[in-house]
Amino acid sequence: MGSLNELYQNVILEHNRSPRNYRAMADADRKAQGNNPLCGDEVTVWLRLDGDVIKEATFQGSGCAISKASASLMTGAVIGKTRIEAEALFDRFQRLVTGRLEPAEAETLGKLAVFSGVSEFPIRVKCASLSWHAMKQALAGDPTDQPVISTE
Amino acid sequence: MTAATTPLTRPGSPAPFDVARLRDDFPILARSVRGKPLVYLDNAATTQKPRAVIDALVHFYAEDNANIHRGVHYLSERATEAYEAVRERVARFIHAPSPRQIVFTRGTTESINLVAQSFGRSMLRPGDEILITGMEHHSNIVPWQLAAEATGAVVRAAPITDSGELDLDAFRRLLGDRTRLVALVHLSNALGTINPVRELVAMAHARGIPVLVDGAQSASHLEVDVQSLDCDFFACSGHKIYGPTGVGILYGRAELLERMPPWQGGGDMISSVTLERSTWAPVPAKFEAGTPMIAEVIGLGAALDYVESVGLPAIEAWEAELLAAATAAVGEVPGVRLVGTAPQKASVLSFVVDDVHPHDVGAVLDDEGVAVRAGHHCAQPVMQRLGVPATVRASFAFYNTLAEVQALVHGLQRVRAVFG
Repeated sequence: MGSLNELYQNVILEHNRSPRNYRAMADADRKAQGNNPLCGDEVTVWLRLDGDVIKEATFQGSGCAISKASASLMTGAVIGKTRIEAEALFDRFQRLVTGRLEPAEAETLGKLAVFSGVSEFPIRVKCASLSWHAMKQALAGDPTDQPVISTE
Repeated sequence: MTAATTPLTRPGSPAPFDVARLRDDFPILARSVRGKPLVYLDNAATTQKPRAVIDALVHFYAEDNANIHRGVHYLSERATEAYEAVRERVARFIHAPSPRQIVFTRGTTESINLVAQSFGRSMLRPGDEILITGMEHHSNIVPWQLAAEATGAVVRAAPITDSGELDLDAFRRLLGDRTRLVALVHLSNALGTINPVRELVAMAHARGIPVLVDGAQSASHLEVDVQSLDCDFFACSGHKIYGPTGVGILYGRAELLERMPPWQGGGDMISSVTLERSTWAPVPAKFEAGTPMIAEVIGLGAALDYVESVGLPAIEAWEAELLAAATAAVGEVPGVRLVGTAPQKASVLSFVVDDVHPHDVGAVLDDEGVAVRAGHHCAQPVMQRLGVPATVRASFAFYNTLAEVQALVHGLQRVRAVFG
């Protein structure tokens, strides 16, 4: 049974209170919106790329502590990554929050490992994943597209 | 003995409302979750089931199971009798003039869809209007949007006030020459507001407009008399009134049900069938195509018997006391803002906590064994109107206690401790 302290680790509470990279980006060249129709959570992710490298990542939206902290840490984690590296990170994060990541791999996730408790609360997996899906969608999308993705 | 009863006395009985004894009738209330005693405050989503209902389902499948309206054999006759007896039971429960005016459906949602598809599609013309309100559940919005899309009709919505009351003047103004039907909620699932249905029906009837009442929430909290309300349709669900899931009720005015075409075709709803054409069975069979939810209907009958043995006047009085206590105590928790403060309310306490998302509130409460709903409650227009993305909703049933109200308050204090 999942414990509340494992779900709401201090890093998550802290990022919820003071989310990083929480702003719209005027000169973004990629943008995607995510929403979870079941709970009404919404997030917009902006990316600025230099060639294949993410130079800047920001977000805005409304959601629970898990989704806000996840978006905050996600933006921090993907800055400086290439598209392929960011997508690989997305994959590892997905496996982390669904409880399918080997412990050795979890160690490579750094701060993101604080979301390991989410796997004990299946209903919150979508909260943790929402901004990641939006980030992936933004990377994949045509720069002129503004797709809305859904975790439902 | 005099006719007068005190609010907490069950009719015909001098004993006060004995919550502890009534709780024993609900096996699930004895369990714990996450190591804490279950405090079930999500009754607007679904109610728990008394042993009488669980036993009725088991008994039906163990002893009486057969299809209805078909067999000439003993069990089929028994099942048919039991099923049809519940129709009479339901008619008495909501004071319908005749059991022929009771259609069994899968739930409130299906009841409303039945009216929207059958009445709506056959009566609506381009430019006609369906009037709903700004506090409807999605199930009393989307079926009308579908009917409007198919017919060229228009859905209009009467606004609500900041406290979550229907704006009666606006409602009156929106009743126009093109309004063909009014569909409104009796007791709001998101806010707990009780609409003045009798008054609203009178306004609509003054212009010859029929009214559908969504009674999904009201049927278990208020005594419903469809003749006194004078509504033309009344829809409710078995599972919100201590019965099984998968069964609901549609009450309809006889002449409307007669005029309405079937909405689903199949067995049991026909008079005769040839390969070229069919004729319809009389109401209510016309609206009950296929093998219905026989066990669930029988379970619903047991639920209504049970509710009546407790007594709706006593239920109303106890729930009013619970809601008043919860409103006062939760309202005093620092950072809590109540959403929906209409003077006439029942069962539902919706609120937000400053700087803490409702899901996070719900997760902390869950860790305390307190089950609430967090979200938009399938009433997104209500949330948009009141400027909140979601709320936390505690909803009470007669088996809840004042100690459980305290558990909710304690949980909310822990929310502050966790999130600062």
